Amino acid sequence: MAAQHGLEAHSHGNVPIQTRSERPRSTSVSDFPELSNRQEIWRYVPLDKLSGLDKEVMGELTESEVTAELASGTSMRWVDSTDPLVGSAGLPEERVSAAAWTNASKTLVIEVEAESETTDASFLKIAPNTAEAKALHVVVSVGNHAKATIALDHLGQGVLGENVEIVLGDGAQLNFVTLQEWESGSTHVSTQFSKLGRDSSLKHVVVTMGGDLVRVVPAVSLSSAGAEVNMYGVYLAGSGNYFEHRPYVDHIAENCVSNVAYKGALQGAGAHTVWVGDVLIRESAVGTSTYELNRNLLLTDGARADSVPNLEIETGKIEGAGHASASGRFDDEQLFYLMSRGIDEDQAKKLVVRGFLSEVIQKIGIESIEQRLISAIEAELEKAGA
Amino acid sequence: MTTLEIKNLHVSVETDQGSKQILRGVDLTIKSGEIHAVMGPNGSGKSTLAYSVAGHPKYEVTDGQILLDGEDVLEMSVDERARAGLFLAMQYPVEIPGVSVSNFLRTAKTALSGEAPKLREWVGDLRDAMGNLRMDSDFTERNVNEGFSGGEKKRHEILQLELLKPKIAILDETDSGLDVDALKVVSEGVNRAHADNGLGVLLITHYTRILRYIKPDFVHVFVAGKVAEQGGAELAERLENEGYDRYTKAAV
Ligand SMILES: Nc1ncnc2c1ncn2[C@@H]1O[C@H](COP(=O)(O)OP(=O)(O)OP(=O)(O)O)[C@@H](O)[C@H]1O
Ligand SMILES: [Mg+2]
Repeated sequence: MAAQHGLEAHSHGNVPIQTRSERPRSTSVSDFPELSNRQEIWRYVPLDKLSGLDKEVMGELTESEVTAELASGTSMRWVDSTDPLVGSAGLPEERVSAAAWTNASKTLVIEVEAESETTDASFLKIAPNTAEAKALHVVVSVGNHAKATIALDHLGQGVLGENVEIVLGDGAQLNFVTLQEWESGSTHVSTQFSKLGRDSSLKHVVVTMGGDLVRVVPAVSLSSAGAEVNMYGVYLAGSGNYFEHRPYVDHIAENCVSNVAYKGALQGAGAHTVWVGDVLIRESAVGTSTYELNRNLLLTDGARADSVPNLEIETGKIEGAGHASASGRFDDEQLFYLMSRGIDEDQAKKLVVRGFLSEVIQKIGIESIEQRLISAIEAELEKAGA
Repeated sequence: MTTLEIKNLHVSVETDQGSKQILRGVDLTIKSGEIHAVMGPNGSGKSTLAYSVAGHPKYEVTDGQILLDGEDVLEMSVDERARAGLFLAMQYPVEIPGVSVSNFLRTAKTALSGEAPKLREWVGDLRDAMGNLRMDSDFTERNVNEGFSGGEKKRHEILQLELLKPKIAILDETDSGLDVDALKVVSEGVNRAHADNGLGVLLITHYTRILRYIKPDFVHVFVAGKVAEQGGAELAERLENEGYDRYTKAAV
């Protein structure tokens, strides 16, 4: 079994994750207290930028604001939120998620037929284009032994409270990507619940490039034996961006594997990112293997990256568990090396940032998104002349 | 014909205890086609000299001049110095995660020649240069210096020397950590660049071993931040036998 070192060092000051699994679950907004920075889950969030997402009543996203390009074997439909599919992967654990839940009377269901296999990606564009707070509920359901790639692309201007449920059948394989490419003035809180069938495998990718406040909380429940989840995240925050990512893996069943890797680059005064990675290995989760990592590259002064890995282990019978977290400045030695070969400073910085993020970008596995991301990174670096 | 002149060079570094002077008046002139060896005890300032010529931001030039064909090198940024024809093979090359050797080399070549090399030609040149240095072709897919062995790092430095074709190169202990076979391969690379491009070389080393393969025209003994003595190849033999005691005592 691998090291559990650093456990205490990282866990103090935070609520043990175990209590997270015991949090009250409800779809009713009034069951949760008003938000405050004194609550652990909201401690970093600039609450004044929530733009109404914590209110009991808000509008909901309509069909015209979602456009889709679907691969074969994948279909899409809107259902009443009373449908039994809704709630099959999880229930809200806090107020904003509950508000989005109750205000979405319709649910967007994306279904992948059992045993269908395709390497083509399905793209869903979610573009509200309004400053009014709106709710959206999405259920992604992948049938037994199906293989699919689905990307949710959030763009334009919007204030969106979103719940995404991902349900994988036995042996299913899903590459799921959620992109946040919001224009400034946007707020987005996305709570994602994933439930994995026996021997299924989920690749969950989060790409956050824009928005005043973007908070993505992807939770994965490994409740069937032999399931595997790989969670990747890439983010690039500039001045005026607050990005928070809180991946959570709940190891319940035996012999499951989880691997979490998020990397971010920050530049500009006031750029702020928060990463809180929770992994809970329950007593029943014998044979678990898990690793979580977060690294941040601070390109300029005045940017701030908080990084908190939490690993809680309730059984000694695991394969391995580890975590790593670091945030650092630009490495002058790397720049010097590149420049000493004639490469100018701007290009040297681009190479270093691209290189730093590429480890995760390469994992996305959707060429068009990888390329777009690389261009966006270059444009961003260009903009600030970092 | 290119000339690098280092005149009365004084250099300090910033330390926790304040500014510390390391170079105390270095005079050296290197011309195209010449091979100079610089030998000296640990901590005498050899790497400091190399870094100062390349323009590392950590080192502050407090007095003196560096001229390349009369142009003021100290006024140039690090990349401008490289584009002017200077090259430093580093003692401890740094890892650059996520940047492949192939991408790095092509970017550097493009920066130095002002245009992207023709693909077919470039691929051929790269394959030949790597073959000469006995490097596997899959090496180009690895990330720059990441997980390289000591020998691989040094070969990679010389690969750059051959592909980027500078006018004057400073080799900072390129020989250290190499076994005899690797030493030969690397030395051949330097000799090729010297013969083909009329490269001027400043070779920093502790040992005469490499001087069996790369024949110096001049040997400089470097002690306490400056050149204490200069001579021909025979001076290296003497240093090997007698060590630096004579100079270090005198310097104290
Ligand atoms: N950044 C620094 N901070 C403090 N001292 C430094 C720094 N850089 C160099 N020095 C000191 O300057 C002196 C010269 O160092 P330098 O690396 O140039 O020596 P060298 O001749 O290359 O030694 P070696 O043979 O071990 O490579 C040493 O005493 C070293 O400790
Ligand atoms: Mg040295």
